[in-house]
Amino acid sequence: MGQKPITFLRQVLALCSYPELLEDTKFPEDAKKRARRILEACGGHSIGAYSASQGIECIRQDVARYIEKRDGGISSNPDNIYLSTGASDAIVTMLKLLVCGEGRDRTGVMISIPQYPLYSAALADLGAVQINYYLDEDKCWGLDVAELKRSLSEARQHCNPRVLCIINPGNPTGQVQSRQCIEDVIRFAKEEHLFLMADEVYQDNVYAEGCEFHSFKKVLFEMGPEYSSTVEMASFHSTSKCYMGECGFRGGYMEIINMDPEVKAQLIKLVSVRLCPPVPGQALLDLVVNPPQPDEPSYATFMKERTAVLAALAEKAKITEQIFNTVPGITCNPVQGAMYTFPRITLPQKAIDKAEAEGQAPDMLYCMRLLEEEGICLVPGSGFGQREGTFHFRMTILPPTEKLKIVLQKISAFHLRFTQEFS
Amino acid sequence: MTENGVSPRAKVLTIDTMNPTVKKVEYAVRGPIVQRAVELERELSEGMKKPFAEVIKANIGDAHAMGQQPITFFRQVLALCSYPELLNDSTFPEDAKSRARRILQSCGGNSMGSYSASQGIDSVRQDVARYIERRDGGVPCDPDNIYLTTGASDGIVTMLKLLVCGEGETRTGVMISIPQYPLYSAALAELGAVQINYYLNEEKCWSLDISELQRALDEARRHCNPRALCIINPGNPTGQVQSRECIEDVIRFAAKERLFLMADEVYQDNVYADGCHFHSFKKVLFEMGPEYSNTVELASFHSTSKCYMGECGFRGGYMEIINMDSEVKAQLTKLVSVRLCPPVPGQALMDLVVNPPQPGEPSYDNFIKERTATLNVLAEKAKLTEQVLNTVQGISCNPVQGAMYSFPCITIPEKAIKEATDNGQQPDMFYCMKMLEETGICLVPGSGFGQRDGTYHFRMTILPPTDKLKILLKKVKEFHQKFTEQYS
Repeated sequence: MGQKPITFLRQVLALCSYPELLEDTKFPEDAKKRARRILEACGGHSIGAYSASQGIECIRQDVARYIEKRDGGISSNPDNIYLSTGASDAIVTMLKLLVCGEGRDRTGVMISIPQYPLYSAALADLGAVQINYYLDEDKCWGLDVAELKRSLSEARQHCNPRVLCIINPGNPTGQVQSRQCIEDVIRFAKEEHLFLMADEVYQDNVYAEGCEFHSFKKVLFEMGPEYSSTVEMASFHSTSKCYMGECGFRGGYMEIINMDPEVKAQLIKLVSVRLCPPVPGQALLDLVVNPPQPDEPSYATFMKERTAVLAALAEKAKITEQIFNTVPGITCNPVQGAMYTFPRITLPQKAIDKAEAEGQAPDMLYCMRLLEEEGICLVPGSGFGQREGTFHFRMTILPPTEKLKIVLQKISAFHLRFTQEFS
Repeated sequence: MTENGVSPRAKVLTIDTMNPTVKKVEYAVRGPIVQRAVELERELSEGMKKPFAEVIKANIGDAHAMGQQPITFFRQVLALCSYPELLNDSTFPEDAKSRARRILQSCGGNSMGSYSASQGIDSVRQDVARYIERRDGGVPCDPDNIYLTTGASDGIVTMLKLLVCGEGETRTGVMISIPQYPLYSAALAELGAVQINYYLNEEKCWSLDISELQRALDEARRHCNPRALCIINPGNPTGQVQSRECIEDVIRFAAKERLFLMADEVYQDNVYADGCHFHSFKKVLFEMGPEYSNTVELASFHSTSKCYMGECGFRGGYMEIINMDSEVKAQLTKLVSVRLCPPVPGQALMDLVVNPPQPGEPSYDNFIKERTATLNVLAEKAKLTEQVLNTVQGISCNPVQGAMYSFPCITIPEKAIKEATDNGQQPDMFYCMKMLEETGICLVPGSGFGQRDGTYHFRMTILPPTDKLKILLKKVKEFHQKFTEQYS
């Protein structure tokens, strides 16, 4: 959608790809230094060598240090860091380890509704039981422990719930959970003996006043040893989102907390079969967790670019919410974080009937029409899950601001036409 | 016990409460011996005294790690794609720039940082199709049948995933060579498929015998539903390059027995022995006429990790699908979409592999020079390895016709077999562990790949630089002699 990559990151990647450039004076010293360090950690000093299956060691160390800095000093052991091919890879790997049992003993995995459909896809692929817990649209997609309890009790009747997945900041919903909420979830996981999976790939994408990203790891440890020594958890991060947007590189990591050492050995064995995550993605991740520092040549430009990207996203989050909320029949919760808006749309009964007669989800009918009439491609809410009888779509806030405004106008106009047509 | 006398609660995820199929997975190439090698490296770097100055990792087909240089042109284009400002840099040749521009133009927002289509960048798939057509003497290739993947391993696992179904006696059986590259056994274990072993003939240079395929199949039919036949050519770990006739026989067999053919061809440029040629399954299939080319379902796999490129870390690869049912194809496309896309740098690299500098282009001479040098050195090392190992009493090494490994047969004295077995260890693991501890050389025991009962082997790469390889071979020879003596 036109977002520019961070110059420093791409300079280092170029240097790693073609080390002759280390002689080139147009590259800053701090970029060269990072490149040399990465290359030295690679077999034969080449990013073309396989790395260790868990990921290049010095990068895992850098990730651990990043986590410690982010979490106010709470220690992170590099041995608990696994680099991965995007966050998706690590999420699927963890779910793979967790799913077992037959019939009523089959592993159940709790996931929010709405959710990012990697989860439902992976659970379907693994034959696990998907346990839905509903986020509260009226409370800005907040998470209610009462709802977690309800869904868990119901699930216990037909499967063996063992895992709780949470996406924070949320996809598609964009909510940034409060610290209180995170504590409640951790407490719930402990009480109910659930493995926690915290998908935190949007951790830098926080826009709304009063909202802050609290990592599950940090909160867990601040709750004291009763929790921090017992709750089993995996946290996920990626190079695809935040201010980097480097989706194509497939960089990511997970941090494992309190995993049984015998299981850890199995995990290491499992990831070894696929040899290693892509090394360019690992290198990119290293730069994300080890960016230019205040005393380095690239710092000023880096901060400028990073700030500009995040500021633009924050602005677009606000515009999107504002404009959608002017449309009768569209209600848009604040886009507190992440990269999407998930507004609720009111569909006329006639449209719902037509869709159902055609065997189509009503919001799919709506989105297909929008695509055909305006060339705007959104994803219907049915693809993410929603309360029965409600309809939504997910739209990214990524197009450049001027284009976004046009898109928002067109959608608004479309909505009015559609409503008119089916009344 | 905690202070109040309550037992600490068991974890949610334990060895007993985890996915049982994952426990069955083994992958010897990075298994226990390699873990020990890494430990030894650490100990060495901490100043511990060892009978060797360095650990030599001859366990894995990683050319760059062993000092092989990347192809200059490829890395130039990748640098240009990573940091397009370099397109203004006069030190880069025009053909590199033109490739980079073309790749970037096919990327969202002209950036390698965008997700690509899940099947892979369109123009890259087209280039792959053209490469295949050129390679196969004009046999047409449809870009729609090309799926770019995260290394060949990704494509192989995806195909196996699609193929495996059924319960009990109808559970899908998948035929694979013994010895095999243990990605196959690992994937089959994880998917809960039935592994059907067909033995390659060590006496006949690891060739494939149809009667052996038939034997394996008939036996397997009693307890599972055989549906797929995997073949690695050139072979890993065995290095044999199958004859054209053999490939035709396999195709005929697959057609007759209704088996989905999976042809792992990642070493297709690594052919060294006189008289040996790479014949792609696709080409042979089509040259056998429509009776076969319209019916046999085939997936062929290639990668950027081997051949003359050795770019393992980029995780580039593709598969070509032939005669796949269109409904299944839709499912395949859906399945790969969940993981969004293969790494774009790997896709870009694959594009260069299939679309290298042409005669007349500025980078051509240098490219050919580098490529030829790399392949020649490998051929030389293949020969050297076979020669030296065959001078050792108790080691017998088939010609390394292709690929990157030797898989010699080793005679292990009875006493050693007994000691190993008493310790619950495979005799060749026992042998290799001893070798590691005494010489620092890390090989993979044959038991990690499969071998006939009562025979022992190890897999050693031919990748270390020639001089180092000579030393390696000498040490292996010395170790074998010492070991044999020690246990006689």
